[in-house]
Amino acid sequence: MNTPESTADLNDRVRSILAADRRSLRGVRIREIGVYAVLVLCGVFSLLITIAIVGVLLTETLNFFRSDEVTLSNFLGSGQWTPLLGSTKSFGIWALISGTMLVTVIAMAIALPLGLITAVYLSEYAPRKVRAVLKPVLEVLAGVPTVVYGFFALVTITPFLQWLHGGFNVFNATSGGIAVGILCLPTVCSLAEDALQAVPSSLRDGAYGLGGTRFDATVKVILPAALSGIISAFLLAIARAIGETMIVAIACGSRPQVTGDPRDEIQTMTGFMVQMAGGDVSNFGIEYYSMYAVAFTLFMITLSLTMIGNVVRRRYREAYE
Amino acid sequence: MPESSSQSNSDQRSTPELRGRAGRMLTEKWFSYLCVATATSSVAVLCWLLYSILSHGLPALSWTLLSNPPEPDPEQAGVRPAFFGTVWVCAMCGLMTLPIGIATAILLEEFPPKSKLGGWVYGLIQLNISNLAGVPSVVYGILGLTAFVSMFGLFERDQDSQSSGFELGVTYYNQFFSEGDRAILIPVENVDDKLSVVSEGMEAYTFARDADGATIVDYSKLVPTEINVITYDDPYPEDPAVLENTLFADAEAGRVSQKSWYYFQVPFGRGVLAGAMTLMLVILPVIIISSQEALRAVPSSLRAGALGLGATPWQVVRTVTLPAAIPGIMTGAILAMSRAIGETAPILIIAGIVYIRNAPQHLMDDFTVMPLQIYNWTSRPQEAFHDIAAGGIIILLAILLSFNAIAVLIRQKMQKPLS
Repeated sequence: MNTPESTADLNDRVRSILAADRRSLRGVRIREIGVYAVLVLCGVFSLLITIAIVGVLLTETLNFFRSDEVTLSNFLGSGQWTPLLGSTKSFGIWALISGTMLVTVIAMAIALPLGLITAVYLSEYAPRKVRAVLKPVLEVLAGVPTVVYGFFALVTITPFLQWLHGGFNVFNATSGGIAVGILCLPTVCSLAEDALQAVPSSLRDGAYGLGGTRFDATVKVILPAALSGIISAFLLAIARAIGETMIVAIACGSRPQVTGDPRDEIQTMTGFMVQMAGGDVSNFGIEYYSMYAVAFTLFMITLSLTMIGNVVRRRYREAYE
Repeated sequence: MPESSSQSNSDQRSTPELRGRAGRMLTEKWFSYLCVATATSSVAVLCWLLYSILSHGLPALSWTLLSNPPEPDPEQAGVRPAFFGTVWVCAMCGLMTLPIGIATAILLEEFPPKSKLGGWVYGLIQLNISNLAGVPSVVYGILGLTAFVSMFGLFERDQDSQSSGFELGVTYYNQFFSEGDRAILIPVENVDDKLSVVSEGMEAYTFARDADGATIVDYSKLVPTEINVITYDDPYPEDPAVLENTLFADAEAGRVSQKSWYYFQVPFGRGVLAGAMTLMLVILPVIIISSQEALRAVPSSLRAGALGLGATPWQVVRTVTLPAAIPGIMTGAILAMSRAIGETAPILIIAGIVYIRNAPQHLMDDFTVMPLQIYNWTSRPQEAFHDIAAGGIIILLAILLSFNAIAVLIRQKMQKPLS
């Protein structure tokens, strides 16, 4: 076996393996760096999106304010939004913000309590069989496209409201608000349920051990412990409702006005953008740039709500264990 | 229950506590009823929604609705162009979003930052992604309008010019109608050239004809032809065969273009590609977040094992982590795609409301998608359009449902316990 020839053979083979290894190692190292560079580029792409959004909205909004027909005081201080009326153009964003707020308040009056109670039920009360039905139902509700909710609001909810009370306009804030509320309910529910589930079971057991009912344990122990997560869920849902577009474009009409009457026709910020995109407005008029100013306002509002929501969830989370 | 204290106290102390307990039990009972009622109401809402759509839409559902273009008459209208628009846009969107999204997730989960600066950048990317997920989709539409449709106006030329900054795969023709009412096409070198004056001996083409003599409007089957230019002083030809090639010297031309399937232009215009890229912005955060969760669910013992065998970080990802996480990533991707299919607002901003009769032919072609067609019909006052809108919704929901079913199947079949 141990002839000199075979030893030389073996040495040769070891040498060739080592050499091959060294060569391929260099290749491996280059490949690692290349792959990492590609991954970093992809990661940076998401940063670029944000920069592009801010950049585009900011420049076009500045273009909007540079026009003679617009003043900042008119934009921020007026409730008249009439960009399409030839001679009496007025750009008072409050008309659109008030419409958005009306719809959001109605939507949240439905989504927040119902979503929270459903989350409590799912997390603390529901038997496994009920969960197996309720969870998919909520997932389906969350997955229905918003244009379908818009159809539902216009074709079903509005006639129902008109049947309840004659004063409802064909386009009204309530029916859109109800549909947005239904849309946001699964969001609130799943985020709040996550927060409730994150409360350690030792707290729950402690509350039960002290003789608390499930209601006591939920209201006095679990909800306070999960409060940051729940508030964050609420904020994210509000941001979602403010940014919701198709439902309000279909069901709420297109008359911007400052009103508290939920039976009346209103226009939201998103609804205005849809109206502009659907119509044929020239690409360079002041009306066109007003769309960017509205988008910028909308973006700032939803971004701050989302950021606060994310910060609340991270920063003020009660850390147990 | 603090029994020792209640024993040591008088009966007067224990009575209110008993009443309190009964009250608490009552609250508990009513609250559980409230919970059940709330939970039932969400099921009821879903049933109401489905009933409303089915009762309007089922009578309208027919082969006509599936196969016809959106005719003005609701009896004849259909969703075919919108259906193919959805297929084009979502396929393009998926092809672009999946690699970028999964790569970002791999970066954040599998390549931990090596320096303090790196950690800061990672934190920034992560924060940015969770904020992007909360941006209303209509804002992405506005961004797409500037960034993809008009490309920040960088390629702007003078208003009269029909061309855009850069074009590929297009031939322009000056089109004349001969005295015999036949289209005569004269190729144009440069789109900015003035509409040419005809002269005899020019390179000219006309549409081919089939056996029955009917014109085939197909630019790939053009036949060369001789043109015969006359002035008003010349005698007017009588022969119909000659008339077909006869043009007056001052005939007015129209500009037509023939675009190949690979037609490409910069800026993209209100076409399929701009729509797909805008949808990419909308669902990118969704795909990143779900892929991150899928990667996080892979037990770290697998990674440690691979690293211990001498694998490099990328080899670990390629051979161990990614295969293990693929079912989760696929599930998230399919759910994100179903979101893209249902997304209306950004597409509405990009495509506008236009009347489209045909499926898109190339990436820059005008398009419409299913939800946009549904919106178009819903926003009309006539009841008949609402019914076909409901029919369109049923088709859309059927597509979404099958997507979700695939996701559930993948989740159940492919997810093996890993640890």
